[in-house]
Amino acid sequence: MKGYVHSTESFGTVDGPGTRFVVFVQGCPMRCLYCHNPDTWEMNTGNQMDTDEIIDAYERNKMFYTNGGVTVTGGEPLMQVDFVTELFTKLKEKGVHTCLDTSGIAYNEANTAYIEKLDKLMEVTDLIMLDIKHIDPEKHQKLCSQPNEQILKFAEYTAAKEVPLWIRHVVVPGITDDPTDLYNLGYFIGGLSNLKALDVLPYHTMGKPKYEKLNMEYPLKDVPAMDKNTALELKKHILEGIKAKRNAINGNK
Amino acid sequence: MRPEWKDFVGGLWEKEVNVRDFIQKNYDVYEGDESFLAGPTQNTKDLWAQVMDLTKKEREAGGVLDMDTKVVSTITSHGAGYLDKSKETIVGFQTDKPFKRSMQPYGGIRMAMKACEDNGYEVDPEVVEFFTTHRKTHNAGVFDAYTPEMRACRSSHVITGLPDAYGRGRIIGDYRRVALYGIDRLIEDKEAQKAGTPEIMTPEVIRDREEYSEQIKALKELAKLAEIYGCDITKPATNVQEAIQAVYFGYLAAVKEQNGAAMSLGRTSTFLDIYAQRDLKNGTFTEDQIQEFVDHFIMKLRCVKFARTPEYNSIFAGDPVWVTESLGGVGIDGRPLVTKMSFRYLHTLENLGAAPEPNLTVLWSTRLPLAWKKYCAKMSIISSSIQYENDDLMRVTHGDDYAIACCVSSMRVGKEMQFFGARANLAKCLLYAINGGVDEVSKKQVGPKYRPLEGDVLDFDDVWSKYKDMMKWLTGVYAQSLNIIHYMHDKYCYERLQMSLHDAHVRRYFATGIAGLSVVADSLSAIKYAKVTAVRDEDGIVVDYNVEGDFPKYGNDDDRVDELAQMVLRTFMGFLRQQYTYRDSFPTCSVLTITSNVTYGKATGNTPDGRKKGQPFAPGANPLHGRDTHGAVASLSSVSKLPFMEAQDGISNTFTIIPGALGKEDQVFAGDIEIDLGNN
Repeated sequence: MKGYVHSTESFGTVDGPGTRFVVFVQGCPMRCLYCHNPDTWEMNTGNQMDTDEIIDAYERNKMFYTNGGVTVTGGEPLMQVDFVTELFTKLKEKGVHTCLDTSGIAYNEANTAYIEKLDKLMEVTDLIMLDIKHIDPEKHQKLCSQPNEQILKFAEYTAAKEVPLWIRHVVVPGITDDPTDLYNLGYFIGGLSNLKALDVLPYHTMGKPKYEKLNMEYPLKDVPAMDKNTALELKKHILEGIKAKRNAINGNK
Repeated sequence: MRPEWKDFVGGLWEKEVNVRDFIQKNYDVYEGDESFLAGPTQNTKDLWAQVMDLTKKEREAGGVLDMDTKVVSTITSHGAGYLDKSKETIVGFQTDKPFKRSMQPYGGIRMAMKACEDNGYEVDPEVVEFFTTHRKTHNAGVFDAYTPEMRACRSSHVITGLPDAYGRGRIIGDYRRVALYGIDRLIEDKEAQKAGTPEIMTPEVIRDREEYSEQIKALKELAKLAEIYGCDITKPATNVQEAIQAVYFGYLAAVKEQNGAAMSLGRTSTFLDIYAQRDLKNGTFTEDQIQEFVDHFIMKLRCVKFARTPEYNSIFAGDPVWVTESLGGVGIDGRPLVTKMSFRYLHTLENLGAAPEPNLTVLWSTRLPLAWKKYCAKMSIISSSIQYENDDLMRVTHGDDYAIACCVSSMRVGKEMQFFGARANLAKCLLYAINGGVDEVSKKQVGPKYRPLEGDVLDFDDVWSKYKDMMKWLTGVYAQSLNIIHYMHDKYCYERLQMSLHDAHVRRYFATGIAGLSVVADSLSAIKYAKVTAVRDEDGIVVDYNVEGDFPKYGNDDDRVDELAQMVLRTFMGFLRQQYTYRDSFPTCSVLTITSNVTYGKATGNTPDGRKKGQPFAPGANPLHGRDTHGAVASLSSVSKLPFMEAQDGISNTFTIIPGALGKEDQVFAGDIEIDLGNN
């Protein structure tokens, strides 16, 4: 089947383990203030690509991806769950490592048909990279124009499904750098049994030119880039939260 | 066995000049890591500080510190030169002092004069008189024989960079022979070759006999050069210091005699490691000492300089010598040719700091030892100074004792050489096809008056048919110009020293090149898949193109256009193979304009792919800047589809990437979360 694809990248080195073929799907309901891909927001537009086309492009150069695989990111991949499931199913048949980079926003436990689909996708997903933008519900709403409730539920869902999970968190000066929030984030993800790694990304301003190109105002134009060393310091708060949660769990045992 | 060869495993190499056999029987593969390497000695630091000081002074003086204007450079023309004699373990400069550029008029007196004038010097009038009246140069010979058509192509830049006024270079003497055998034995060998020529004196036999005689003279002079520095290289080297020194004297003699477009070193590290291993075992030298020899050797290679004009430097971007040294690779028996000496060479980038020369080139294979691969990657990150070439590809045709001349030209050391042939501008050729041979910039009739484009919309079949005709013509003029050039170079500027370090019968490559491949591929793709309309000037010459619609662009792993690039290359080589080539040379082609793509672009008008007049071409076989939009793998994939057998002289791709795009800086991703927590 066909999906809406914004673009593909043949040399992805920051979107999962190893060198990866990366598919950027088109369409996302979130409007994160620091989004560096605003051109992938709009739904139901962009290139229509068949899963076989993607697999063909991957296979042409598969020797480059022996330690990597395929990552689907976006946009929001879970807005096109059928498409991603078909792609991953085919890739798994070929023994290719599959990685889903998602915001988790599309999760809805009440929609059983959707959950059934998601269950199937989890069976063919080797790794999930979940970007938790903010642990505080109100601040999340402000930052992303959406609540974070479903996102956190999705994280717990992936733990129940035992799919390995990497958490990504962007630290933005004045927005996501509050130590208490970071500790709370750590405390939450510390409870996820499938958590394998944590990546703290310092906010950068490289998305700016895209906004200019799209004639859009850059929402964070007054916010400076995050210093790399500060980001490493901030990461420690998250790690403390994880540690506290893990100790609490172990203490209860 | 000779005493100098004690402890070596004997074999064929004792009976005949055969360095490869010596290496194969004696080298130790090193699969370990870099932990054995030694840092710079105080002497090394002092000497390098002197070099840096001279470099600074040279820069302040406008690029040249000193030039010889009186003494014509030969192997023995100058007395000994030193940085600091008491500290140097490897000696020898091109003239009697470091950073003084030698005068080499045999390629062309006018170029030698201009190189001096442009740098504020003047060649001695007696030298000028001698080389204009009494002794003809290569340059003068070529221009005596050029046809008006050849001159026109040269002026319009549809053929560019021809080695008709300067040394052709791209020949690698097997300098290792000097160390392994000593000059006496090499002379004996050459005497035997001369005695063994056929008895009927055809022009070819006469030429061979004269060349062998010249080679023998050069070898004798090489021995004298060593003598000037108080060394004896008539006998084989007895230890690694002598071996490095002998190899360097061989190379030094070559650069004293030839100001070639690329003066490469060969593949010396694994050969020299055999001596180092013997010395380490016998306690002759320590690792610190051996690294010092290597550091001093590399330092000398970094000080090789030629007198050149600003124009030359603009074509080649800087002041390059192309002292290319090929490292690593895998033998045809499957053993990696990586030794401790390979590590020591790369380690100079730390001991002396990063530098573009010598051009350290790693022959890459998937089967190289992991520790070596990691070390190469590490040194690449530290120095940005390492070039990589595909050994798995070249080993098939060149075996396991080839080296790279210049940037990509592979040749078996001492067994093959090439006639360097610069490039044909295939993008300009496409414009000639559209305009019936009229140059789009000068508006002169340069090519043949073939039927130009009729109508406004470019039709693929029509353009392709015209392009083939024009390419066939261009290939002819190009190949025949090269025949003249190499005939005259052999006659007036023969590389006797470098050829004395070759076998009696060598294979010669007729190494042509093409520029603008990605421009042509995209142009043809635009014509085929979009709508391209010609824009004519008042004289009816097509000077611009309107492109409507999108078209596949080379560099995105899209076969529709990648196949057009391949077709252009195959067509060019097909025409070239129809040409007569001088001295039974074997026609090859390269796609490798690493720096001169800017110059070629300047001389070429608007092209049907939307590239504007004067804009640079992409370097080598690269996609045009910004047109590859699917990432590095797709871009490299388009390039790698070019058939090597149609571009045997090499295909280059210049690849730049910001470090962050090569992956995360730390191990956060790879590591287990528990490690990060520091729970223990």
